[in-house]
Amino acid sequence: MATNNLGPVLSAFERRPESLISLLQAVQESLGYLPPDALGTVARHARVPRSRVYGVASFYSQFRFNPVGRQRVAVCRGTACHVGGARFILEQLERTLGIPEGQTTEDMEYSLETVACIGCCGLAPCISVNDEVSAKLTPKKVRKQFKQARK
Amino acid sequence: MREKIEVSINGSTVAVDSSATVLEAALERDLFIPHLCHHQDLEPAGVCRLCLVEVDGRLVTACNAPVTEGAEIRTDTEAVKETRLGAVELLLVNHHRGTVDCEEGDACELSAIARFVGVDETRLDRYRRPDRLLATDTSNPFFEFDPNICVLCGICARTCDEIVGVAAIDFVHRGFDTTIGSAPGQQWINSDCVSCGECVVRCPTGSLSFTGFEIPEREVTTTCTYCGCGCGIHLGVSGDRLVSARGERENPSNEGRLCVKGRFGFTFVNSPDRLTTPLIRRNGTLEEATWDEALDLVAERFSASRGDAFAAIASAKLTNEENYVIQKFSRAVMGTNSVDHCARLCHSPSVAGLVQSFGSGAMTSSSKDLGDARCILAIGTNTTAAHPIIGLQVMRSIRAGGKLIVANPREIELARYADLHIQHRAGSDVALLMGMMRVIVDEELHDPEFIEARCENFEAFRDSLAEYDEATVEEKTGVPFAEIAEAARMYAQNSPAALLYAMGITQHTHGTDNVLATSNLALLTGNVGVPSGGVNPLRGQSNVQGACDMGALPNVYPGYQKVDVPEVKAKFEEAWGVELDDAPGLTHLEILAGVTAGPIRAIYLVGENPALSEADATHAREAMEKVDFLVVQDIFLTESAEYADVVLPAASFAEKDGTFTNTERRVQRVRKAIPPVGDSRDDAWITCAIARRMGAPGFDFESADEVMGEIASLTPSYGGITHDRIEQVGLQWPCPDASHPGTRYLHAETFPRPSGRGRFFPLEYRPPDEEPDAEYPLVLTTERSLYHYHTSTMTRRVPGLETLRPEELVEIHPRDAVALTIASGDRVRVTSRRGEVEARALVTEVSPPGTISMTFHFHEAPTNVLTNAAYDPVAKIPETKVCAVRVERA
Repeated sequence: MATNNLGPVLSAFERRPESLISLLQAVQESLGYLPPDALGTVARHARVPRSRVYGVASFYSQFRFNPVGRQRVAVCRGTACHVGGARFILEQLERTLGIPEGQTTEDMEYSLETVACIGCCGLAPCISVNDEVSAKLTPKKVRKQFKQARK
Repeated sequence: MREKIEVSINGSTVAVDSSATVLEAALERDLFIPHLCHHQDLEPAGVCRLCLVEVDGRLVTACNAPVTEGAEIRTDTEAVKETRLGAVELLLVNHHRGTVDCEEGDACELSAIARFVGVDETRLDRYRRPDRLLATDTSNPFFEFDPNICVLCGICARTCDEIVGVAAIDFVHRGFDTTIGSAPGQQWINSDCVSCGECVVRCPTGSLSFTGFEIPEREVTTTCTYCGCGCGIHLGVSGDRLVSARGERENPSNEGRLCVKGRFGFTFVNSPDRLTTPLIRRNGTLEEATWDEALDLVAERFSASRGDAFAAIASAKLTNEENYVIQKFSRAVMGTNSVDHCARLCHSPSVAGLVQSFGSGAMTSSSKDLGDARCILAIGTNTTAAHPIIGLQVMRSIRAGGKLIVANPREIELARYADLHIQHRAGSDVALLMGMMRVIVDEELHDPEFIEARCENFEAFRDSLAEYDEATVEEKTGVPFAEIAEAARMYAQNSPAALLYAMGITQHTHGTDNVLATSNLALLTGNVGVPSGGVNPLRGQSNVQGACDMGALPNVYPGYQKVDVPEVKAKFEEAWGVELDDAPGLTHLEILAGVTAGPIRAIYLVGENPALSEADATHAREAMEKVDFLVVQDIFLTESAEYADVVLPAASFAEKDGTFTNTERRVQRVRKAIPPVGDSRDDAWITCAIARRMGAPGFDFESADEVMGEIASLTPSYGGITHDRIEQVGLQWPCPDASHPGTRYLHAETFPRPSGRGRFFPLEYRPPDEEPDAEYPLVLTTERSLYHYHTSTMTRRVPGLETLRPEELVEIHPRDAVALTIASGDRVRVTSRRGEVEARALVTEVSPPGTISMTFHFHEAPTNVLTNAAYDPVAKIPETKVCAVRVERA
C-alpha cells in the first residue's frame, strides 16, 4: 500500500505534535484520503497517540477517511439549491450511483458528497463533478447524465 | 507545603488545604457536590458542568477552581440549583436511556445525581433529540462500550492518557456526533488499547462495563500471581469459583491499578484442565492414583537417590514458605545443594552482579518512587509489556517532566515516549554503557564526592574506560556516538536518575558484566542510596525475588548465606538438626545436563516448564525423557509434565496461604480464597508429606505462618517479618527485627559489603556467543507479550487473553521481509543451529533490520528450541536474547 512510501511526504515536517494538521493535509494530498495505516504513520511521526490523530482529523470536514472516486460528485445544499430541490437531486444521485452520501462506488469511479454552497446560486439547483458545474438540474436530467456515464 | 487556609462554605468557616480545589475541599467535608467528570486519580477537566458552585457570587465549576483565602463558597443558591438542573437535564437527554431510574442501577452516577437535583422527567422531552441508537462495541473480550449511555465525561480517555499513558481512545467526530473512539470505523480491539480495564473501573455511567460481570459473594485480598510488580488484588469469590478481581487501592505497589493479566487473568484457576488427582506412569501412560500411592512411590524412589543423584527445581510462582520448604527438603533430607529455579534463566546475573558491586542483588528503589525520578534509563526492559504497573510509574515520571532514555534494539512501546531511543545491537550493552560512562568522565559529569565517600576501585575502572573510544563504541553498538553522548549527559544531568533493566541485560553470556556496567553507571553519578534512583532489576515472576531470598539457589541458604561458609553451615545444621553439604550444588542447566553427563538420576520439578522455557529446549526435553525418575508438581499437565513418572497436583495461588516477595522487595500476603481444586494440595503440604514419608523430622508445619517463623529465625533480612505484621501492608526487606519498619530504598548510608563501599568494576567488551553469518544471517531475540506469561500454562487457559494474542508471531523488519519475500501473515520457518520452528510472520518496524524477535509463550512454536544454551561463566544464565537464525517461507 502506498502508505509505505510516505517517508518523503513526512520528512518535510518536524517530528512534533504541532505538525499534526499540516501532516494530515500533506498525506491526504498525496494519497487522496487518510487510510487507517496513514493515521498511524502520522501519529508516529508527530509523536502523538493514534486516537488523537483521529480525534483531530475527524473534527475537520476537509479530511476524508475513505478513498474518493475518480469523479467527485458534490451536491450543493446551499439555500438557493435547497429551495430548488437539492434534496431530490441528492436522492436521485444516491439511487443512480447506488451509494449513500459520503460513499464511493465499488469500482472507485464516483464519490458522492454534499457541500454547503458552490457559489452559483443563480444556476440552482446544481452539482459539481470534479469541480465542473452542472446547472439547473432536475432528477430526470441527473439520471440521464449519470446513467449514460455508468455505461 | 500542606498549608491550611480559611474559606467559608455555605456560611461556616473551615480550614482547608491551600492546594485543594473547591470540589476537593467540599468532598473532604462530606458535602456532596454533584460531579461526573471529576475523578480523584485524574487532573481536573471541567467538562460536565455539574459541579457548579458560587464563589464570591460568581458561578464556577468547583472541580477546577482552586480555593483562595477568605473565599465565600455557596453550593445551594438558586442560581446554582437552576443552572445545574439545566446541565443535568441536557446530559440526561443525550444519554439515550434518558430516565432518572437508569437500568444500570448503582453503576450509573448520572441517575443518582438526577435524583439529587430533582429532575422532573416530564420536562425532559422538550430537549430530547431523535433516537440515535449506536451499536455497542463488544470487540474486546473483557469489556464492552455502549456509546448510547456515554455522557462524554472523558474519564475513560483521560485515564488512558494520564494514568496508563497509552491514549488509545479520545473524543472523535467532535460536534453533534462526538463519541469516544480510536480510528475511522475501527472497533475498540483494533486501537492501541492494552485491555487493562482501568477506564471501565472509572466509568460513571456504566457505558463501559465488564463483559459477563458477576457480583461476587465475598472478596479476599491477596497478591497477584503474575509478574513481579506484586499488585494487591481483591479476588471475588462465589461458591468455590473466582469470579472477579479488582485492584487494592491501599496497596503501595499498585495503588489499585491492575493490568490485563491481573484484572482478567485469574480464571485459569477455574479451568477444567486443572490437575485434580496424582498421576503415576504405568506401562508408559500417566494414570490416576491416590495420594498414598503417589507419595509412597516418590518417597521410595527419592530415598534411593539421595545426595548427588538428586536435584530439585523450585518455582518463582510458589510462595516463600513453599520455596523454603523445598530447599530445606533438598538440603536437609536429600543431602544436596542442587536446588535451583527459573531465576537462573532470568535474573541470576542480577544476584551475582549486584552482590559483587552493591552487596545485595535486588531492586534498590521502591516501584512507586520510580515515578518521581527526573530521568529513567530503561535498558533491556519492555516495561509496559512485562511489568505494566511499573510501566505506569515510568509514565508518571514522564508526565511530571522527567526524561526517558530507552535503550533497546526493538522499538518497544516505551520508545514512543522516550526523549531518546537508542537501538543498539543486541548484546552490545557493555560497550554502550561503558561508552556513556566514558563521556560522563571525560566531561566531568560524574559525582566525585559520592565516589570518594562511598565507592572503591574507581581508578581501575576509570582506566578501563580507555578502550571505549568513539570508534570502538560505534562499531560494537551500531549507534552514532553522538546519541550515546547525549544519553550520557541526559542521565548524568537529571538527578535522581533511575536505571531499570530486565532480561535484555541479563540473558547474555556476559549478563553479569552487563549488570556490573549498570551498577558502575549508577555509582559514577551518585545515583545509589536515593529514593528515586538506583539500579532496578525488574523481576519477572510474582515470587522470583522471594524464591531467591529463600535460597532456592544451589550456592546459598535463605538470605543469600553461602553454603560454603563454615559458620553458616553450622547455623543451619543446628537449626535443622542434620549434617549438611558445603559444596555448592548444580544450577538449572547443569541439572538437566547432569542427566546425560553427570550424576543426576531423580529430578523434583515444581511449577516449572523447561520443555518450553529452557534455552536449547530440545536438550531439556531429552534430559527429562532420559532421567530415571521425574516428579512434576504443577497445577496443569504442562509440556514438561508429559515426561513425568509421577505428577502431583498442586493448588493455585488462590487456594493457599503464604507470602510473595515482589520486585521491590515487599513481602506481601497471599491468601486462600477458595479450597484447593479437586484433590490438589498446596506445594508445602506435598513436599512436607514426602519428607515425612522419608522419615525426616522438621516438616510438621501446621501453617504457612509457622514456616515464616522458621524463615525469620534463620534469614536476617526477613528477621522482623511475620504474617501478623504484614496483614494490612507488606514490608520491604531488609527488615531485621520486629520493630524495623522495612526498607524503602537500599544503600542509604552504606553498602552491605565488607568494606561498606560500592565497588566499581573494570569491564571488557565480549560479543555474544553466536553472531550472524552467511548461513544464519539474522539475529533472533526473545521477548514477552503483555497478554501472556512465561510458558502460558496459565494465560492460555484464559479465553480472553488467548483471543488477544492467540499465536506466536515472528516480528521482522520490512527490509528483511522484502528480501525474503515474506508478508505479514505468511507462515515462516525459523532455523538455528539447534532446531527449527514455524510460525506466522509480522512485518513491523518494531524489529530493527537484521533482527527478528519471538516470544516463548506458545507450545506450537517453541522458540527455545532455537535459542543458544551458551551461558554466562559466573551466573550460568543461557544467552536466550541472542542467537543466529535464518528465516524462510514455510
